[in-house]
Amino acid sequence: MAFPQPRPQAPQLPQHLLRTIDCQQGAVRAVRFNCDGNYLLSCGSDKSLKLWSMSRGTLLKTYSGHGYEVLDADSSYDNSQICSCSSDKTVILWDVATGQVTRKLRGHAGKVNCVQFSEEATVILSGSIDGTVRCWDTRSRRYEPIQVLDEARDSISSLKVAQHELLTGSVDGRVRLYDLRMGQLHVDFISSPITCVCFSQDGQCTLSSSLDSTVRLLDKSTGEMLGEYTGHKMKGYKLDCCLSSKDTHVLSCSEDGHVYCWDLVEGSLSLKLPVGKAVVQSLSFHPSETCLLTAMEGRVQVWASEPEEADEEAMAK
Amino acid sequence: VAEMEIGSFGDLINVGFKNKPLKKPIPLHEQTVKDEKGRYKRFHGAFTGGFSAGYFNTVGSKEGWAPSAFVSSRQQKAGKQNARPEDFMDEEDFSEHGIAPREITTSSEFSSSRRDQAAEKAKAINAQAALIPGDTLLEELIAPARLSIGVELLRKMGWKEGQGVGPRVKRKTRRQQMDGGSRVYGCALPSAGAEDSEDDDDEEFAPENVTFAPKDVTPVDFSPRMGVQGLGYRGLDPGLALLGHGAPEHIDLFKPQSEARSRLFGDERSGTRRGGVAGQAFGVGALEDDDDEDVYHRDSMSRYDSVLGGEEPGDRLYGWTAPQQYSRNKGKPAKDVSYLGKILEGFTLAQKPAKEKTIFPPPSLPRDYRPVQGFRPVVEVSRLSGVSPALAKALRTSRGHMVKEEPQQGGRHQLHSGQRRTLLGEDALQGPSSVMELLRPEDRQRLLNLRNASNQTSNQTSNQTSNQTSTPESRVSEALAAWRGVQISTQTFRPFEKNPSKQERYELYLNRLKQGDKDALDRSLDPAMTEWERSRERDEFVRASILYRPSSSSLSTRFTRAQHQEDDDTVEVSRDQEGDIDDKQAAVTMKMFGKLTRETFEWHPDKLLCKRFNVPDPFPGSGTVGLPKVKRDKFSVFNFLTVAESREPTALLKPPESMKKSRWDVSEQKKEEDCLSEMLSAARSQTETKVEKPASLPASSSSSQQTEVRSRGTNSEVIDPPEGYRPLLFKMSFLTWLVYILTSFGLFYNNINIY
Repeated sequence: MAFPQPRPQAPQLPQHLLRTIDCQQGAVRAVRFNCDGNYLLSCGSDKSLKLWSMSRGTLLKTYSGHGYEVLDADSSYDNSQICSCSSDKTVILWDVATGQVTRKLRGHAGKVNCVQFSEEATVILSGSIDGTVRCWDTRSRRYEPIQVLDEARDSISSLKVAQHELLTGSVDGRVRLYDLRMGQLHVDFISSPITCVCFSQDGQCTLSSSLDSTVRLLDKSTGEMLGEYTGHKMKGYKLDCCLSSKDTHVLSCSEDGHVYCWDLVEGSLSLKLPVGKAVVQSLSFHPSETCLLTAMEGRVQVWASEPEEADEEAMAK
Repeated sequence: VAEMEIGSFGDLINVGFKNKPLKKPIPLHEQTVKDEKGRYKRFHGAFTGGFSAGYFNTVGSKEGWAPSAFVSSRQQKAGKQNARPEDFMDEEDFSEHGIAPREITTSSEFSSSRRDQAAEKAKAINAQAALIPGDTLLEELIAPARLSIGVELLRKMGWKEGQGVGPRVKRKTRRQQMDGGSRVYGCALPSAGAEDSEDDDDEEFAPENVTFAPKDVTPVDFSPRMGVQGLGYRGLDPGLALLGHGAPEHIDLFKPQSEARSRLFGDERSGTRRGGVAGQAFGVGALEDDDDEDVYHRDSMSRYDSVLGGEEPGDRLYGWTAPQQYSRNKGKPAKDVSYLGKILEGFTLAQKPAKEKTIFPPPSLPRDYRPVQGFRPVVEVSRLSGVSPALAKALRTSRGHMVKEEPQQGGRHQLHSGQRRTLLGEDALQGPSSVMELLRPEDRQRLLNLRNASNQTSNQTSNQTSNQTSTPESRVSEALAAWRGVQISTQTFRPFEKNPSKQERYELYLNRLKQGDKDALDRSLDPAMTEWERSRERDEFVRASILYRPSSSSLSTRFTRAQHQEDDDTVEVSRDQEGDIDDKQAAVTMKMFGKLTRETFEWHPDKLLCKRFNVPDPFPGSGTVGLPKVKRDKFSVFNFLTVAESREPTALLKPPESMKKSRWDVSEQKKEEDCLSEMLSAARSQTETKVEKPASLPASSSSSQQTEVRSRGTNSEVIDPPEGYRPLLFKMSFLTWLVYILTSFGLFYNNINIY
């Protein structure tokens, strides 16, 4: 006798605070999961980058070597390397185990806002306030970037890499999608300065939040708008937005101390998560589970869905 | 008396002899041995050394061993004591039966069965190369039982071993024979050269009436070469190599001849004994313990003769005891002796030295010759203000010398009309000869003044440039330093835009500069041009490259090149320019994302970047990186109509038709027609109000946990949309509405391609 297939669960939302980590590194500028979601990286304004265990909330390693506050970080697919960028105009490639600086990449003319590894960690891409994206080679000993993408007319605020595509958001109000395979550059005009861009997990859509307090979901191939999510407050800070791990929800930081969570299809606000009184600086969604990291002031909070309750609440609504 | 009768014959036998008891044999212990001076010698028995030696079987005398005192003073330096074997011998050893007899005996050379020395040498040499080196065992063991009949016959005829065969000759005549007849032999005889030199020595004391036997020849070794090694190769001697330090001989890498061989040839060397494996087949190995050995050169005193007279006398003097004169000359070694051991087997020294080549000296140059080659263009140097001072100088010097010798009359074409006239004997023309004469005097004066002034200034400037500017070489190196290693940038100033070939050469020069090429200048110039043009261009290029040197990379990233240059007719712009922002802004406010807001450009990723991302290069072979740039005429109409033009290239790159089409395709195509655009704008405004409606709804009235439901279905009364994808459905409804309006206006537009 075969068991009946379990009913597909309603999408869960990370609405329960699991733990709060006091990072003690000044204001946390960015918080990031590693690629498998077992660890988290917190970028502090006291020039340090810290690696934490997600499950226990313990500090594993502190990476110090930046000359000014760390603005973004990313971990490689094999967890062996970390890259981070800072206001000191440098990008640093770290060895995870030893905590040593493997490479310090200089070349940007201003502070570096965002950094990403390519899929195989062969290239580090960094976007800076100088309006350029620089592609650094990690394989060779070259200290010059492979290519400088200087199409943006203003500071690069966010950048993401997915397979052969590179998505950049710039303060000039444009989302640029570089397709390496096709050799094309698609420029989508959003008009308002972009604060954060994301690929959807299925790679078909791009998400961009801008300073007009709007998060937009655009079709990647045509640039048409598929959804628009509003309600939060994003007027002056460079705040993150992201998609949930199963592309069911759109999440965004807000300056009013909440994380807003919209249903992707309906566009309706499904959760308004109170994080604190200050601005939610950064957030990161777990790559596979329903788990959310938020950073506010000097603290990182871990949110998860406690299945039954979350389910019931979702049903109730 | 009776006794007297008895005859007696012979001597009486000594009777007493019989009776006398025989001498008692001396017992063994009383037997003594005395040396020649009557001193007793004790016999120890054969196994304990025979007779005692020295003083009671010790060395020395009763006083013991007296070491020689070492005395050295300033006046009398102590020489190095060379202990010879004779120093350790007593007279017994020098006696007849001693180990080094010093008695006049018939030497083995004069015994009838003496060994032929030359043959022995040849045999020893062969033995070196034999399978077991140094082995002459077989030949020694096997001796002929009796002499062959030929040898016996020769002996009967007075031949002795060691002599040559033939009639006895006088020295001089034989020498003539050698000169005349030796060419008959195809094979040069090994010792012939030595013979000649010796003959020179013997000449003075050879008596008239003495004849000599002809010399013997060294038997030539006819054994063929079996191996594939080169001439003179001698393999490693395994027996010696493996013996280590105790080896009686050692093979030295640097002295291919073993000591045994060198001893054969008389040049003794006292080489340092070294163990280990070494030989021609081996280099200096890591196992060689003495590292400080000079691999490449070794020179020591042992390589030089310290003793006069290398060879034994009597070597080639048959039946002669060398007189004083001869031994006097022995100090000078024969020519081929110095070569001994260095000559490959089977080779001999040439009898006659090779003829010296007569080298003729090069012809002496005339005194006034100048090594300057090339054109001598007739250029008025002083006028060329643009020419580099060095070139001007070179031109001057190259001309200056020859100018005097130049024939004044190169031909009739070089004469001006006045000269021709005088040649022809014509009269001078009446009237004004120059335009100047037609002018009024004050005007003429003014013109002259003007001309003089301009000449002076040009002279001054040329002087100034030649004085102030640094030498061309330093400027070239300055340009090189400025451009070396600069990343190839697409935007460099193009100073020679009007002359495309010149600009091309200039860019070639710049590229070479970037690569750090030192003689970039000379290689990028056109060789077909004249010297003067080239030098001018060279100067221009260097100046331009210094003038427009690239700013440092960090700076150049911060500054962008001006779009419009005053002195240039074209500007370099991105080939695909972004469309009008106002249109987009309107589209954004209308939330009509898609075709209106999206623009697609051709973008060239770096080759390495593609490699790192594991994607094939989309534009293989294309050198450009980033957005392709084009040159545009600055005053082109298209600069102001960028929208129309920039749409063209992007149209090529448009996604294929299978892709989802947006409704704004339609609107864009219709923009060309006025009435349509009017209508469209009306439609836009209408949609705007429609879309703006939901946004104007009160959005966040809910509490923190409440979800906000946003309703966008204001137009859902037109078409009831199912759940799901609202925006798209909304678009579709809009489209149907648009078509309805169009048809109601009675306009049918062929190009409307909705689905």
